[in-house]
Amino acid sequence: MNIQETQEEIINEFKNFENWMDKYNYLIKLGKGLPPMDSKCKTEDNIIKGCQVKTWFHSTFKEGRVFYDIDSISIIIKGFIALLIKTLSGQKPEDIKNTDLYFIDRIGLRENFSPLRANSLWKLVNRIKSDATLYCNK
Amino acid sequence: MSEIKNTNKMSTFDITKIRNDFPVLSQKIYGKPLIYFDNGATTQKPRVVIDIINKLHSEHNSNVHRGVHYLSDQMTQMYESARKKVQNYLNARVYQEIIFTKGVTDSINTVAYSFGEAYIKDNDEIIVSEMEHHSNIVPWQMMCKRKGAKLKVIPFDDKGGLLLDEYKKLINSKTKLVAVVHVSNSLGTINPVKEIVAIAHENNVPVLIDGAQAIQHGKIDVQDIDCDFYAFSGHKIYGPTGIGILYGKERWLQEMSPYQGGGDMIERVTFEHTTYDDLPFKFEAGTPNYIGAIGLGVALDYLTSIGLDNIKNYEKKLLEYGTTKLLALSGLKLYGTAENKICIFSFLLNNSHPYDVGVFLDRMGIAVRTGHHCTQPLWGHYKVEGSVRASLAFYNTLEEIDYFYEALKKIQKMFNE
Repeated sequence: MNIQETQEEIINEFKNFENWMDKYNYLIKLGKGLPPMDSKCKTEDNIIKGCQVKTWFHSTFKEGRVFYDIDSISIIIKGFIALLIKTLSGQKPEDIKNTDLYFIDRIGLRENFSPLRANSLWKLVNRIKSDATLYCNK
Repeated sequence: MSEIKNTNKMSTFDITKIRNDFPVLSQKIYGKPLIYFDNGATTQKPRVVIDIINKLHSEHNSNVHRGVHYLSDQMTQMYESARKKVQNYLNARVYQEIIFTKGVTDSINTVAYSFGEAYIKDNDEIIVSEMEHHSNIVPWQMMCKRKGAKLKVIPFDDKGGLLLDEYKKLINSKTKLVAVVHVSNSLGTINPVKEIVAIAHENNVPVLIDGAQAIQHGKIDVQDIDCDFYAFSGHKIYGPTGIGILYGKERWLQEMSPYQGGGDMIERVTFEHTTYDDLPFKFEAGTPNYIGAIGLGVALDYLTSIGLDNIKNYEKKLLEYGTTKLLALSGLKLYGTAENKICIFSFLLNNSHPYDVGVFLDRMGIAVRTGHHCTQPLWGHYKVEGSVRASLAFYNTLEEIDYFYEALKKIQKMFNE
């Protein structure tokens, strides 16, 4: 599935939720299901600076594609990380770099979701993009 | 211009009227009535403060102290009148002991630099406590690094009470200053500052009190406490942001040199030499935040009109009610249970991260703060990274506490499902 197809799938999933509580519950469920990060990758260097909540980021590059290992101490942010990983992990770096993550707006989280307002997740999104840029030249 | 008049002293504590004085409180967040429980971070502003700021900008704006014209003279009078209001509010001996600053951080940095330059040398010691806000740690660390001095720390017990016996052991001939917080912003503990000062003074050591979280909750009398310095911020006492106070005993302020130079603080400048103006002006370099200062004066008038004892008694009711309610929630761990405390509830809910709890409370219209609250060493004591902090003010209500309690129950259910 390419990035756009996954985004459409997420948008469709969120159409099933009637209110913010259901959306948050779903994020909690996704967060609980996020595979634990390899403890070796939970280093000081891998902490995303400036995030209000401690979040670790690690990526690997295999056969022209980027794979992510991301974790956070917040279950809600972990839920959001699960959506980002679903959308972007295993994709080509140039596609990740150039993609418009429009699903964030379309699932109705931007306005009503404090982690987004607090810029924490934009820092994560920016890190994913700058990281992909580095792989583009490899 | 005549002074801005405030309402007459209220004979009873009318919570409906008080809430109407604060326009921000009437709004809805996500369609739910705002419950503002983040007063430790900043307090909301009563209409009289909002109005005076608008009025000063609209009708009276002019720089203070150096003008011969009408507007400048008016503004200077109001600015200096605000200083006298602060003097009266703190019961300082003379107005020269009241320095306008940007806030507590600025006040403490001023003392850390100026006192440090005047009195601190290699191997001297400064005492702070384990429950300090970073703004009462970092300036002293910077000063210690500059002067080769050492920082000593008074520990606290698990309830959040300072261990005064340990404090007494720390004081010795090398101690040059004690800097402690009056009320802990993370735990709510009211420290026995009068006793802390008395112990220090027996050893001829001056004391700075960080009053950021104390000033808005009851009467502060700096002569009674006998502290050498007292700092507070305007925005935490229902006044504007960007204005604060450094109270200092005249003898120290006279001896200390300013740490910022510039306009307004000089007597005479030549390229060879500068002499400084008298107190309090020598510590107020540049154009001061005169509108903020006047706004602060109006905020103090407003609180006086309500009655500081009324505020203290009402907030005590909120604290007792809220404590009973929250302790009934199994899975909630309350941090800061000292006998003498203000209405702050710092807690963790089951295994949920404070941030996640805060996100949900926000969605329910409740504003709290989550994280370490700029007291990382304090949380080190408990071996956790931080808490959810609900900090209440005299415009909060018992009904809001009920709603808060129900919201926490819902959150518990959501995370544990």
